[in-house]
Amino acid sequence: MTEITSLSLFELIKNIKEKKISSNEAAKSFVDRSEKSKKLNTYVTENFENCLKLSKEFDNKPNFDLKLPGIPIAVKDLFCTNEVRTTAGSNILNNFVPSYESTVTQNIWNEGGILLGKLNCDEFAMGSSNETSFFGNVQNPIAKNLVPGGSSGGSSSALAANLTPVTIGTDTGGSIRQPASFTGTVGLKPTYGSCSRYGIVAFASSLDQAGPMSKDVKDSSILLEVISSFDKKDSTSIDFKRNNYSSELTRNIKGIKIGIPKEYRVDGMPGEIENLWKKGIEYAKDCGAEIIDISLPHTSYALPTYYIVAPAEASSNLARYDGVKYGLRSSGESLIDMYEKTRSEGFGEEVKRRIMIGTYVLSSGYYDAYYLKAQKVRQLIKKDFDDAYNKVDAILTPSTPSSAFKIGEKSNDPVSMYLNDIFTVPVNLAGLPGISIPAGRDKNNYPLGLQIIGKPFDEQTVLNIAYSMEEKINYKNNITDWWME
Amino acid sequence: MAIDLKTVKHISKLARISLEEKKAEKLADDMNSIFEFIEKLNELKTENVEPLTSIAETTLRFRDDKITSDNIREKILKNSPEKNDDFFVVPKVVE
Repeated sequence: MTEITSLSLFELIKNIKEKKISSNEAAKSFVDRSEKSKKLNTYVTENFENCLKLSKEFDNKPNFDLKLPGIPIAVKDLFCTNEVRTTAGSNILNNFVPSYESTVTQNIWNEGGILLGKLNCDEFAMGSSNETSFFGNVQNPIAKNLVPGGSSGGSSSALAANLTPVTIGTDTGGSIRQPASFTGTVGLKPTYGSCSRYGIVAFASSLDQAGPMSKDVKDSSILLEVISSFDKKDSTSIDFKRNNYSSELTRNIKGIKIGIPKEYRVDGMPGEIENLWKKGIEYAKDCGAEIIDISLPHTSYALPTYYIVAPAEASSNLARYDGVKYGLRSSGESLIDMYEKTRSEGFGEEVKRRIMIGTYVLSSGYYDAYYLKAQKVRQLIKKDFDDAYNKVDAILTPSTPSSAFKIGEKSNDPVSMYLNDIFTVPVNLAGLPGISIPAGRDKNNYPLGLQIIGKPFDEQTVLNIAYSMEEKINYKNNITDWWME
Repeated sequence: MAIDLKTVKHISKLARISLEEKKAEKLADDMNSIFEFIEKLNELKTENVEPLTSIAETTLRFRDDKITSDNIREKILKNSPEKNDDFFVVPKVVE
């Protein structure tokens, strides 16, 4: 039989329901493999003993009606977990133990999921390579010294290395889709308002959205069904009728109209990405989709807009870390001195940079020139998509402008790091659902992803197109376990 | 428009982040390269565009004015760096 850890979530659930594998056997397999994979540095906090205990309890009183019956799952360390340390990858929250649970993780435990541990991420989810984490770099299981993407880099690495059957990340500008693309896995950012933000350490509140990361499209549909819910505790949670994403999943996408935006052909895009995109268009046609050329004229303004809106919101959200009620405190001669030293020692360089940008664009005399301007351009970017969706049902683009890069390669140049998110950021600004699926390899054999963007609340169409194309693409990760002795 | 060292120091005061001189210079450089990239927005005319404040086009919901949690005083105080019975302790503020 195939190893338990390499099963898809769907297969694992099936085996558990058919009593071929117990929850405890599954938990043991993932814990064991995680123990042997410390070199990847995916875990910030392990919950292994507790996971083994809870899996035994599940086996003693199993409930196979649940959607995730006794399934061990590791999650990004941005989700608050009751009584389990939650750091957001930051020194300032190094000792923070929440006394409450995020809605998204609670939904997972309610359906039988069991916490394996908390996964590394860029500090406060600010980064595209997991290099800004206080807890150090994460290795990409694809090859040595390669970044796993970010900010959900611990999640993508753990998933690709088979340390967890599925995982969840958060996506503010591409933090689920870009790491999925870098590790040959699937990552879905749902429509803004689908998954509750309650209990997720806030970065940019008008952009943040949690979503599933998995080995294949079907697994993402199963997990989305569990985590997407209306929640009174999140003021921007939206009460809409959610599909039964996994049971409504179909490969029949005949006649669906897929748009190809010409503005995504950016200057300096490697030929490999262009070719991948062309191949993707052929796959979509093979699946029965109709391909239509479209224009999203304000695409090139999305990144500059994002780098005003996101830091502005971050500077407000991160004002709460003052060393008084929780988190790190440095000693100071006065209250103000204590604040300044705590924040200086507690935050890393990238977080400080973004707080400074945010504070600047919101400061007196600059608000109209930067923040208000960015909000107006954001309206234009959203309108581009609204117009396009009069003609098409979904949009196909590359997920990233390159494959995974080496650790340290871009860490001294913030702007070149930001360019990683050029294809993913517009989707957050417009609040749309988007998925990245593995679609091929570059000359180094590193994975490359394609992105499918949908209409608001139409995750089902996005999943169906991805499911259909996935079968044609037939991509398989080739992981050699190089990090094990 | 260049962001000078004086501006960086002013912003760091507003953001309550203490900065060493050397770090401030590096930050000024970084901010200038980021703002150079941001200035691209000025190519667009936006006088007649409504700003987009929330992507979820909903009005904020009201909730009943009811207490929904039990006594959570200890839970709230649990993570505080310094506490004294039922209070958060901070450095002395008044002389």
